[in-house]
Amino acid sequence: MKAPDFNYIKASSLEQVFTLLEQLRDEAQILAGGQSLIPMLNLRMANPKTLIDITGLHDLRDIRQSADRIIIGALTTHSEILSSRVIKQFVPLLAQAAPHVAHMAIRNSGTIGGSMALADPAAEYPAVAMALNAQIVLRGREGERRVSAEDFFQGLYKTAINPDEVLIAVEFPCYTTNQRTNFTELARRKGDYAMVGVAVNLSLQGSTVSSARVVFMAIEDKPVIAQNTMRALINQPLSTFKPQLSHEILQALEKDISPWDDLQVTGSTKTHLAGVILGRSLHELAGQNV
Amino acid sequence: MSNNVQEITLRVNSEELSAQVPVRMHLVDFLRETLDLNGPHLGCEHGVCGACQVHIDGVVVRGCLTLAVQANGKHVETIEGLTDKGVLRDLQNAFLKHNAFQCGFCSSGMLLTALEITTHHPDANREEIRDLISGNYCRCTGYQSIVDAIESVLKAERDSNDINGGKK
Repeated sequence: MKAPDFNYIKASSLEQVFTLLEQLRDEAQILAGGQSLIPMLNLRMANPKTLIDITGLHDLRDIRQSADRIIIGALTTHSEILSSRVIKQFVPLLAQAAPHVAHMAIRNSGTIGGSMALADPAAEYPAVAMALNAQIVLRGREGERRVSAEDFFQGLYKTAINPDEVLIAVEFPCYTTNQRTNFTELARRKGDYAMVGVAVNLSLQGSTVSSARVVFMAIEDKPVIAQNTMRALINQPLSTFKPQLSHEILQALEKDISPWDDLQVTGSTKTHLAGVILGRSLHELAGQNV
Repeated sequence: MSNNVQEITLRVNSEELSAQVPVRMHLVDFLRETLDLNGPHLGCEHGVCGACQVHIDGVVVRGCLTLAVQANGKHVETIEGLTDKGVLRDLQNAFLKHNAFQCGFCSSGMLLTALEITTHHPDANREEIRDLISGNYCRCTGYQSIVDAIESVLKAERDSNDINGGKK
């Protein structure tokens, strides 16, 4: 189908965006890479009166290091993330997730800011951001505020962004040498919406897990932090992880998640698959440590 | 319903032009309906099939997920403009040789993805080629012949680099 009619304004400054957002309130929608918004327009799932195109705001398109953080501007594309040596070195979990984000042509246009702001439950970056305790940087006319990823994602396509704010960057803490991270997902076709995915972020003391963040995606209305699973992983020697999860970890996992049915698989299948990919993910990390 | 219209100025296949476009019109409709460039095809119109791919400023994008108005000030290249140029020519010959064109509907998009593979993934093996073309649907060939064609061009490029002592 074709998109419905709308007004189109290409913004030349953030100030202009704030003014437009104040005037138009929820009748306006910000257009970044458009790789989710334009299909939603074409499918008539979205019907904004005005699109505010921010892709001309080039200051929002960069990857910077500042002390112990990597700051990724909202308009940085998936392809730029994938080819960035800084991200590979300092935010490897994001680099591991990026190849799973759609396909080349879409990665050339789609942006990290767009992915975060849309908060699709099957998107990779929100789960990565939660696993790494990233901060989302929001700017309004009055100034900037930072929201932890955990608080930022509030539900299905629902975030902490106020109607007069723009998501301008995502800040990730730098990787440390005692950290091990892995991203694994299952999709019927590489790059399609995942049936289930998991972002794993372990800290080690020697070769034993001292803390763990495990975040599942594509199972509920937002990424799920698997608290019981995380507790079950602590004090486990990394080398003991086999592709088949232990009974204890599986039991913990079943307490953590209650997946929805979707068009591809039932919730109970997703629970099973979540165990499969967590097993694979931990086993891969165990292999890396040898 | 009257459409909102804006004027855009852009280059299409190296030709400078200006046009009035409805802002709701996506780039492929503009190329096909207004400029009669029928190389980019419309399959799904929501980014899944890849038949609509074009280059904008040298990188491949989904034409159906780009508004024509967003191409203002950019250089858009379609298969018509890229044909007969360097590696794309080699890819077209290889597609022909390996029978990777069949009905041809996916070909223009598939070739632009293949071109991107030769640029960014010159060492890709068959499995990786399959991964990299996974964003382009082909309903005829079963992909085998397409993978064969792309693989043969990558191999030829690597061999010629070796002979010329060029860096890998």
